Amino acid sequence: MTLWKRFLSNRGSLLGLAILIAVIAVALLAPVMFPRGPWAMVQRPFLVPFTNEDLPLGTDTLGRDVLAGLVYGARVSLLVGLVSTVMALLIGVPLGALAGFYGKWVDEGAMRFTEFFQTIPNFALAIVLVAILEPTLTSITIAIAIVSWPPVARLVRAEVMSVTKREYVDAARLAGLSNMHILVRQVLPNTVSPIIVMASLMVATAILLESSLSFLGLGDPNIMSWGFQIGAARTVIRSAWWLSFFPGVAIVLTVLALNLIGEGLNDALNPHLARKGR
Amino acid sequence: MKHLRLTTFLVAAAMATGATTGAMAQQDGGRLDLIVQPEPPGLMLGLVQNGPTQMVAGQIYESLLRYNKDLEPQPSLAKEWEIAEDGMTYTFKLQEGVTWHDGEPFTSADVVFSTVFLQDNHARFRGAFSHVESVEAPDDLTIVIKMKEPYGPFINAFEAGSMPIVPKHIYEGTDYATNEMNNTPIGTGPYKFVEWEKGSFIHLTKNEDYYIDGLPHIDDLYYRVVPDAASRAVAFETGEVQVLPGGAVENWDVKRLTEMEGVCSTSDGWEFFAPHAWMWLNNREGPTSNKLFRQAVMYAMDREFVKDVVWNGYGTVPTGPVSSKTNFYSDDVPQYPHDPEKAKELLAEMGYDGTPVRLLPLPYGETWQRWAEAVKQNLEEVGIKVDIDSADVAGWNEKTANWDYDMAFTYLYQYGDPALGVARNYVESQIKKGSPWNNVEGYVNPEMDKMWEAAALEPDNAKRQEMYTTIQKQIVEDVPVAWLLEIEFPTIYRCNVKNLITTGIGLNDGLRDAWIEE
Repeated sequence: MTLWKRFLSNRGSLLGLAILIAVIAVALLAPVMFPRGPWAMVQRPFLVPFTNEDLPLGTDTLGRDVLAGLVYGARVSLLVGLVSTVMALLIGVPLGALAGFYGKWVDEGAMRFTEFFQTIPNFALAIVLVAILEPTLTSITIAIAIVSWPPVARLVRAEVMSVTKREYVDAARLAGLSNMHILVRQVLPNTVSPIIVMASLMVATAILLESSLSFLGLGDPNIMSWGFQIGAARTVIRSAWWLSFFPGVAIVLTVLALNLIGEGLNDALNPHLARKGR
Repeated sequence: MKHLRLTTFLVAAAMATGATTGAMAQQDGGRLDLIVQPEPPGLMLGLVQNGPTQMVAGQIYESLLRYNKDLEPQPSLAKEWEIAEDGMTYTFKLQEGVTWHDGEPFTSADVVFSTVFLQDNHARFRGAFSHVESVEAPDDLTIVIKMKEPYGPFINAFEAGSMPIVPKHIYEGTDYATNEMNNTPIGTGPYKFVEWEKGSFIHLTKNEDYYIDGLPHIDDLYYRVVPDAASRAVAFETGEVQVLPGGAVENWDVKRLTEMEGVCSTSDGWEFFAPHAWMWLNNREGPTSNKLFRQAVMYAMDREFVKDVVWNGYGTVPTGPVSSKTNFYSDDVPQYPHDPEKAKELLAEMGYDGTPVRLLPLPYGETWQRWAEAVKQNLEEVGIKVDIDSADVAGWNEKTANWDYDMAFTYLYQYGDPALGVARNYVESQIKKGSPWNNVEGYVNPEMDKMWEAAALEPDNAKRQEMYTTIQKQIVEDVPVAWLLEIEFPTIYRCNVKNLITTGIGLNDGLRDAWIEE
C-alpha cells in the first residue's frame, strides 16, 4: 500500500483533511465573500444568530458580522500556525541534527541551550516576548516560533543519533563522504516522518497559542482573529453567548482537524506502529 | 448658556442645616457597601488626588464649600461667604463647633495652614492660588482671601478634592509625605477612618460629633476592592455591594444591571468634573498637522453611533472644547455632523496621499478598545488608513507625554469653569513634553492665548461669556483635537439607598446626606 492510500484509509484523518481543506478554502475566499472586511459595522449590535438570513451568525457588540470575523479569523489562524511552525522547524531541525550527529561538546552546548528555553513555561515566555516586542502579527508569529522549537530540536537529535548508528552510515563514512553530506543526504531524510507528524501537531498548538494571546488582549489590535473575538466577547458572555461560542467552535474544529491529520500521518508513516482495528 | 453670578451674595446659615429637612422621614443606621475601583494609592486627600482617593477621602475631608448640580456654591465648612464687588476680596465665615475626628477643635488656623500645605502638594490648587495675594485669619472663625487680580473661576476652587482642609495640629512642622498619620487620615467630614485591609476593603464609620445635627445617617461604609469588572457586576447582583460608582462595570453590563428589579441608576453627580473625551490629533507632523484633515476626521466619525452603542446612550455628543455642563458653554460654533462625503471632499482638497495614521486607544478596558475600533472603521470608510497602536497604561502615558502618536484617545475633567479645566489643553504655555494632562496636541494660536488669559481675569461675567464664545468658535473651526463625547458615568445602586447623589461631585461627597430605607 502506498503512503497516500494508507493515509486515506483512515477515516479520522480523512475527516481532518476535509475540515482543513474547508477552512483553507474559506480563508482564501474571505475577500470575495465579505469585501467590506471583518470590521464593517453592518447591522444593529447584538443581533441574535439565525434571525437574519444575511447575517446567519448574528452581530457583535458594535454590529459587526460574526461570520465575516470567523472567515477572516481563519486566515490569521492558518497563517500564524504555518509560518511559526516553519520558523520553529528552521531553528529546531538544524540544531537538533548537529547535536545528534556530532555529539560531545556540540551536543552538550546545544542541549543546554535548548533546556534553557524548555525550563520556562511556553505560554509565559510567549506573553513576555509579545509584550516586549509590541503586539503585531509578526511579533506574535516570532514569539510562538521561539517557544515551540525546543521539542523539535530534542526529537531531531534523538532520531539523528539512532540513525547515525546504522550500518549504512558507517558504509558512507568508509566511502569517504564528508560529514555534511552524510548528515544532509543520508541521515536527515530518514528522520523526516516523525518531524512531519510533529509539525502538523505544532500548527495546531500555534493556533491555540495565538488565540490565547489574542484572548488576553495581546493580539494585534488591527487583526480580526478567533482569539480576539472570544476575548472581546468575554465581558458580554452572559447576554450574548454566540459571540464567544462560534469562534470557539472554529478553534476546536481546526485544532481537531490538524490533530486527526497528524495521527493519520503517524499511522501512515509508521505502519508497524499503527494500531489495529482501523 | 449658564452664567455664574459673581455679585455679592450671602447664604443664610439656615441652609447648612436645611439640607436635612426632607418630606420623607429619614432613617438612621445600616451599613452600605460600595465599590472603589481601582484601589486608591492613599487616602490623605491633601497629598493624593486621583479619582478613587477622592471618592473615599471625600467623606473624611471637607473643604470650605460644596457645589450643587448647577455648580452653585453651597455651605460646607464655611457657613457663609462674601465676594467683594471688585472681585478682589473673599471673606468666609466658618461653621461653629466643628472638631477634627481626634477631638481637636477646627479653626481658621487650619484653613490658613491648609493653603500652605496644598501649595506644596497639589498642582491644581497651586494654579488657582497663583492669583492670591494673601490668606488671613482675623479671628478663629473668619478667613479673608485677598486677590492679586479678579479671577472669576476662583469661587469654583473650594471643592473637597480641589482644596481639602487638612489638620494643622497633625502636620505642622512634620515631613508631610512621610507623616505616619497619612495612614489613618483625620478630617472634619461626616465619616471617620477605621480600617483599610489592603486589597480587600476600606471601612469608614459615622462621625458621631459631626457639626450638622442628624447627619450622617448611615453607620458604616465599606469601600470594597474587586479587581475584575465581571466580578464587580456579580457582587452587585448578589447584593454584596449596593452601589456601583460610574465606570465600575463595563458599559455592556450597565443595561443588564439597571433592568434588574429594585435597581436605580443616575448619570447625575459628574457636573463638576464634566469628563470630556476627545482624540488628540498631533498638530505638529503627519497628515493630522493639516486642518483640512482634522476637519475630515470630525465629519467621518459617527459619534451618535458610539454614544448609543458603546455608551448605551449615556452622554452627549459635544459641540467643542467646553462641555455643555460647564459654565460659559456656547453652542454657537461650526457643527460637524456625521458626513462621510464631506470628509472625502476635504481629503481630496488637501491631497491626502494615503499615509497611514496611528491611533492610540486609552487602555481602560473593553469599552475604550471597541470605541477605537469604531473610529478606525469610520475613518477607513472615508479612505484614511488607520493602524491601532497598543499600549498599557504606562505605555499610553509615555507615548502621549512624548508626543509619539498621530491620534490618541483621552478624557479630562473640566472643574466647572473653562479657565480651570479647558484652557490647559489649548494654550501654548501648556505645551510641555513629559505630561499627558496639557496641550499634548501642540495647538498654537497666539490670538486665542491672549483671549484665554483675558477671559480668566475678567470680573464681568457677560464679557467673559462673550470671550469664551469667540474662543469656542475659533477652536472648533481649527479642530486641534477631535471631540468625541461628554461622558456620563451612570452610578448604579439599590433603590432603597436614598439621597445618594445630591451634589455636582456625586459620590465623592454624597454619603453625608444618604440614608438607607429598611
